[in-house]
Amino acid sequence: MAVVQALRKTFTDLKSLVIGLGVTGKAFCRPTVTVIYPREEVDNLASFHGHVELAGKDDDPAVPRCVACGACAKACPSRCLTVLCPVAAKEDKAGGASVTMAPAPQKGVKTPGQFILDFSLCSLCGQCVRTCPVDSLRFSNDAYLVSFDRKDFQFDLIARLRRQAASPAAGGSLR
Amino acid sequence: MNLELLLRLDYPLTRLIIGLLGVYAFVGINALVLVWVERKVAGHVQLRPGPLHVGPHGLLQTVLDAVKLMGKQLVAPAGSDKILFWTAPILAFTPVTVCFLPLPFDPHLAPIRMNLGLVLILAFSGLGTLSLYLAGWGSNNKWGLLGAARAVAQSLAYEVPLLLSVMAVAFTAGSLDLYEISARQGGWPWQWYGLKNPLAFFIFLVCAVAETNRAPFDLPEGESELTAGFHTEYSGMGFGLFFLAEYANMIIVSGVAAALFLGGWQGPFLPGAWWFLVKIYCILLFIIWLRWTYPRVRFDQLLNLSWKWLTPLALLDLALAVVVAGFGG
Repeated sequence: MAVVQALRKTFTDLKSLVIGLGVTGKAFCRPTVTVIYPREEVDNLASFHGHVELAGKDDDPAVPRCVACGACAKACPSRCLTVLCPVAAKEDKAGGASVTMAPAPQKGVKTPGQFILDFSLCSLCGQCVRTCPVDSLRFSNDAYLVSFDRKDFQFDLIARLRRQAASPAAGGSLR
Repeated sequence: MNLELLLRLDYPLTRLIIGLLGVYAFVGINALVLVWVERKVAGHVQLRPGPLHVGPHGLLQTVLDAVKLMGKQLVAPAGSDKILFWTAPILAFTPVTVCFLPLPFDPHLAPIRMNLGLVLILAFSGLGTLSLYLAGWGSNNKWGLLGAARAVAQSLAYEVPLLLSVMAVAFTAGSLDLYEISARQGGWPWQWYGLKNPLAFFIFLVCAVAETNRAPFDLPEGESELTAGFHTEYSGMGFGLFFLAEYANMIIVSGVAAALFLGGWQGPFLPGAWWFLVKIYCILLFIIWLRWTYPRVRFDQLLNLSWKWLTPLALLDLALAVVVAGFGG
């Protein structure tokens, strides 16, 4: 019995070798899927998750939906988001009333004054996108982000949204 | 010595010199092309294009690689045995030259025709193992030594079934002359010894892959375990010669397989040498295909396969071949 079993196992093993050759043989005949980057580019960038960006309001794409609650900055494990709200400062020594920025949330302020992303710290975990109560954050699809300088990865997201709204054709791949 | 005698093609020395030049050119060009083919096949099996940018379809990539290898500094590690260390790569490449001499590319195109050509090839291909051993021992490196030990165990294990399967064919043909063995077969597949004795052909192919240290039997240089095994410490053309020898050995093995099992130069329509080359490249492609299909075997599996399966099967096959040859003629 043992001999029969051993022979049967040998046969299945040999068959698996042939099947393996068939798999690679078929793969060899199929067209390649690699895209040679500088010569051609992929066309499925819509599914790419780049750094987060602000989403504009439906009626005014240049203004973010953000309500400056600061939930995203709190949720971020790498502390790469800074949401600042404009607040009226007390009268300073010079006598004029000026506006200063304070971290969100601030009472009575519903629009962010500044929305800074330090992408050099971001690990793309997506907690900010998940936490946002008004869906104001989303992933951009800028796949070709590159720089020699760390400072180039500090993004002013509000300014970015304005630029995107000004030239809708550039869309998400606005650099 | 008079010049007129030297210039005559049938004078042995002239023939030898032309043959050697031809062999070196053939080996060099083939190594370049085969490395390119290997990388292309690897690429397409994995759905990527392989070398692409240098020359048309990356054809010149390997030429540049060769130039780069030649330009590199040769370094011998401290504490290595310098003589053995530098003997090894040369010793790896020299037997290749000898092994090409009896290969019959055509009824008229063999550097030297000898009636013991098969024995010559089998004897000199054993020298390759010695060079691997010297390389591993001479480089004063643990990986090198482990690779060398594996190379010796592997060659010993696979030389036995290889010789037995070759012997089966030699018995059937009644000759050890590669020319004679090829001539005994016909131009059509059913006249080939590969189809008359498929078991011997199978055993020969498996052993040939193991003897040339090709994946899935490339344990002497298993990158994942031994960095590069016996050639860990070699740089530049030291490594280049091992590389060249590996590809040259592949061509020899394929040539022997074509002569023994696939009817040599014989085939319909085309003149001989072309058929021989076509058969060689088919076997080479198959060996490359194997490399990109199977994962590397473990060392105990490697030895088990040889001693428990291939050797008994080869003995059985030899016995059958002897009986058939005895009754048949």
